[in-house]
Amino acid sequence: MEFETVIGLEVHLQLNTETKIFCGCRNHQFGSEPNTHVCPVCLGLPGSLPVLNRKVLLSGIKVGLALGCEINTFVKFDRKNYYYPDLPKGYQISQFDFPIAKKGFLNIKVDDGEKRIGITRAHLEEDAGKLIHDDELNASLVDYNRTGTPLVEIVSEPDMRSAQEAYDYLTALKLTLTYLGVSDCDMEKGSLRCDANVSIRPAGQAALGTKTELKNMNSFSAVKRAIEYEVDRQTRIVISGGKVVQETLLWDEAKGTTHTMRSKEEAHDYRYFPEPDLVPFTLTDSDINAVFKELPELPYVKLFRFKKQYGLNDYDAFILISDRSIADFFEKCAVLYSDAKKIANWLNGPLMKELNGRKKSFSQLSLSSEEMTGLIRKVEEGVVSNLVGKDILTTLLDTAKSVNAIIEEQGLAQVSDDAALIRVVDEVMAANPKAIAEIKSGKTSAMGFLVGQAMKKMNGKANPKKLGEILKGRFENV
Amino acid sequence: MINKETVNYVGALARLHIDPQNADRFAKNLEDILHYVEKLNTLDVSSVKPTSHVLDVENVFREDTVIPSLSQDKAMGFAVEHHKGFYKVAKVIE
Amino acid sequence: MNFYNLTAHELLSLLDQKKVISEDVLKSLKERVSLVNKKTNAFIREPQVSSPAKGAFGIPVGIKDNICIADELVTCGSNILKGFRPPYDAGVVEKIKAHGSEVWGGLNMDEFAFGSSCESSFYGPTRNPWDLERVPGGSSGGSASAVAAGEAVWALGSDTGGSVRQPASFCGVVGLKPTYGRVSRYGLVAFGSSLDQIGPITKDVTDSALLLNMIAGFDKRDSTSVDTPVPDYAKALVKDVKGLKIGIPKEYFIDGIDPEVASAVHEAIDILKKEGAVIKDISLPHTEYAVATYYIVATAEASSNLARFDGVEYGLREVPDRVRKTPLIDMYETTREKGFGDEAKRRIMLGTYVLSSGYYDAYYLRAQKVRTLIKQDFDKAFGECDAILCPTSPTTAFKINEKVNDPLAMYLSDIFTIPANLAGIPAISIPCGFDKKKLPIGLQIMGKPFAEETLFRISYTYEQNTPWHLERAKL
Repeated sequence: MEFETVIGLEVHLQLNTETKIFCGCRNHQFGSEPNTHVCPVCLGLPGSLPVLNRKVLLSGIKVGLALGCEINTFVKFDRKNYYYPDLPKGYQISQFDFPIAKKGFLNIKVDDGEKRIGITRAHLEEDAGKLIHDDELNASLVDYNRTGTPLVEIVSEPDMRSAQEAYDYLTALKLTLTYLGVSDCDMEKGSLRCDANVSIRPAGQAALGTKTELKNMNSFSAVKRAIEYEVDRQTRIVISGGKVVQETLLWDEAKGTTHTMRSKEEAHDYRYFPEPDLVPFTLTDSDINAVFKELPELPYVKLFRFKKQYGLNDYDAFILISDRSIADFFEKCAVLYSDAKKIANWLNGPLMKELNGRKKSFSQLSLSSEEMTGLIRKVEEGVVSNLVGKDILTTLLDTAKSVNAIIEEQGLAQVSDDAALIRVVDEVMAANPKAIAEIKSGKTSAMGFLVGQAMKKMNGKANPKKLGEILKGRFENV
Repeated sequence: MINKETVNYVGALARLHIDPQNADRFAKNLEDILHYVEKLNTLDVSSVKPTSHVLDVENVFREDTVIPSLSQDKAMGFAVEHHKGFYKVAKVIE
Repeated sequence: MNFYNLTAHELLSLLDQKKVISEDVLKSLKERVSLVNKKTNAFIREPQVSSPAKGAFGIPVGIKDNICIADELVTCGSNILKGFRPPYDAGVVEKIKAHGSEVWGGLNMDEFAFGSSCESSFYGPTRNPWDLERVPGGSSGGSASAVAAGEAVWALGSDTGGSVRQPASFCGVVGLKPTYGRVSRYGLVAFGSSLDQIGPITKDVTDSALLLNMIAGFDKRDSTSVDTPVPDYAKALVKDVKGLKIGIPKEYFIDGIDPEVASAVHEAIDILKKEGAVIKDISLPHTEYAVATYYIVATAEASSNLARFDGVEYGLREVPDRVRKTPLIDMYETTREKGFGDEAKRRIMLGTYVLSSGYYDAYYLRAQKVRTLIKQDFDKAFGECDAILCPTSPTTAFKINEKVNDPLAMYLSDIFTIPANLAGIPAISIPCGFDKKKLPIGLQIMGKPFAEETLFRISYTYEQNTPWHLERAKL
């Protein structure tokens, strides 16, 4: 029997506001000492009350708009009641029936073009704290620094049909979200987290199969592997006549397997009800329009424009737009230098290699468009070779010196001076009578050997084109 | 009908251990109250909007500005049990 | 001199005229507490006087033990908050301190304000100074008893379904529940968040206005506190009700009402009529549904508000003798079993039940809709009148243990006070006489949202025409 995989993803995104969602504690606590970014509100002390951070609501609208969602003009918060030591109030303030956004979509690339993945809803809520399980103490330790970090939960429709599609959806989602600048979307740091709902059904069947929920994946590729593992597991169960049990499974990255999450075994009854401590929020069209106007150009719009405006191919344009700061840099360069394709080659080739080698993102470097286009110009004018040009880029990133200064200090300019080149050509010809004989007998391939020898003598700084011309002239004159 | 089982189920949801000796009594109390509130069923509320807030107030925000947090010492000051700046609890089995 | 029998405004005037110094007032109060608190049990903990207060309002304010004072115990009358000292002041406490007054915490209460008799406190029942065999009312029984006994000049209580007004009525003092949103709830340990308001309990109407002046106003830490200007309530203390339309709701004069209470209220109506008020018969048709609505809404919110008391972070932690489920769940369940008394358990279970899957629409949502109907009753009534007058409670103070085994009978003693909380409107209870047993009777006046001034005006006019507020319990 053939099976179809059905996947829906729930993504939790930590917003990078200055302060937490309902209190004034600093929101950037990654790596801080435990319980140092806490106050009566986020510790859930008796008598404390939440007040919504305006910026969080605006970020929620931004995310909703970027995902093509309808923004609800009436927004309220609800309490989701459950007990867990990382949840100090015994309830999470979330949104139940009036989320900030609903009914959106995101396009992913598939073989025959694009596929639209539906977004069911995006809602705002508060993050929980962190639990550390200490075997030695035989206890769990709670750090509430993360409690109250603003989250947007983005729930997709069960529209993905393979682990690869899930991976592509996450990639596209992260790209859009990083463009908005509302989160650093770093899965390793937990600022983007993903749970996957996975089920299988016989191909052609409309009804959904029993789903399991996968948790604890800390990279996009882990999400992919976990789904692949789970699809395989479910398929084997069904083929052998068994039934898939609806449960929450934890992905074990080291073992490459999943196991049942025991703490979530019992049935949940979250007893949602409207949060009485927060008043409702109404958004006017002009509130929403104001946010809409501030939205940056979104990645797929930029992709389309880059291809059209700069005549780039899909591949080049896609790499450029994959990092908003590189895309912006590309456009700055394009103002200074007219050959966009050449710029794209330099950015997607040597520059990308430098970034990967340094394990840095572009925004962590200081490279000006003036220097970048200056370097491209020097290479194109033949002042330096392509190879030397790449070395100059390395130095440029290491030292922040100008291209001109680097060329001058290290004497990297190609020698185009005829007299010097003629002298070297003559020396090489004198030292290689055998090669000359071969050339004269019509075996012109030896010409390259002579050029190479001359280049070696000049430490690679000879203008190869000129060198070839002079050498050729010597034989014509004979 | 509220019986012992209902009391135990609701107790479990509310993380409240109910001594078996008291379960019947609580069941009776709940039964009485729920019977009393049934009088609400005599009203037709099909076209009535629910009231969550009596106030006609909307859109109350705070600005995104930092307010100093408690010190770790202060936060540990009221802890039932703590260890190296963490609150300490019974081991959670995930 | 015994200052404890004086009102705050009398003491303030003596302080102003330099006829007395703060130290002497504090000493007198302290002595009074030492002398009578073992009889009343109004204070769970006797106040620690640090240093005499400075400033114009140098008279300590008694604080119900569910309002946070930085680094002091706050028990809510419960075992579950054992040893907990909040690291912050409630909004109202901040305001009182900013006025230069001291706060005296630890006033007894029904556990988590769940009750109408102050008997459910883990720290033992508070007694009524007018008859020590009787309850002071609740849940702010400690506050009302302390003011009536002279242990506190004035005090704060909290009112979710009548918890300021009903004990004020039972103890012969003045209790005000302000409009929802008039006073910050920040630092008030929540019971029913959409109903709770902090209010003054005082010996007379003037003190009530002065204490409201101190605590009213917007607090940016409470999203439900309202950012409208606070008038000087003292200016509303005028002896003039001419032309004011006062509604008398027929639904509040029902069969179960004590005839002595009814006649005292009718005499009060006559006095106000003589002073020029226009008395109108009105109807609040959904009154009979208020108690049912309240016990769904309030317990639902309470079940969630009390979820934080779980033994993880602060307060009590208990574990069972043997493992039942998992170490964590056992800790939760035993902590909450040992930490909460029966009434708290009942309300937590009821609230959990009405929110649980399959019952939400039938109970909680329906109650929220009936709440709308009750609110609409008032909207309509206030189209015809400026204030509504009725008894605060159907009876005077009942005996200790009389109703503890009948929760429903206890709930029904709040029948006249609950509607104001559901509608969010202000309401005041003032003394309006005594029954044959010399137990105080309370008169309730309800007003339009943010019309506390109207309540003060009517109350003050009535008070100036009657001697009840001058009577003191003999202890």
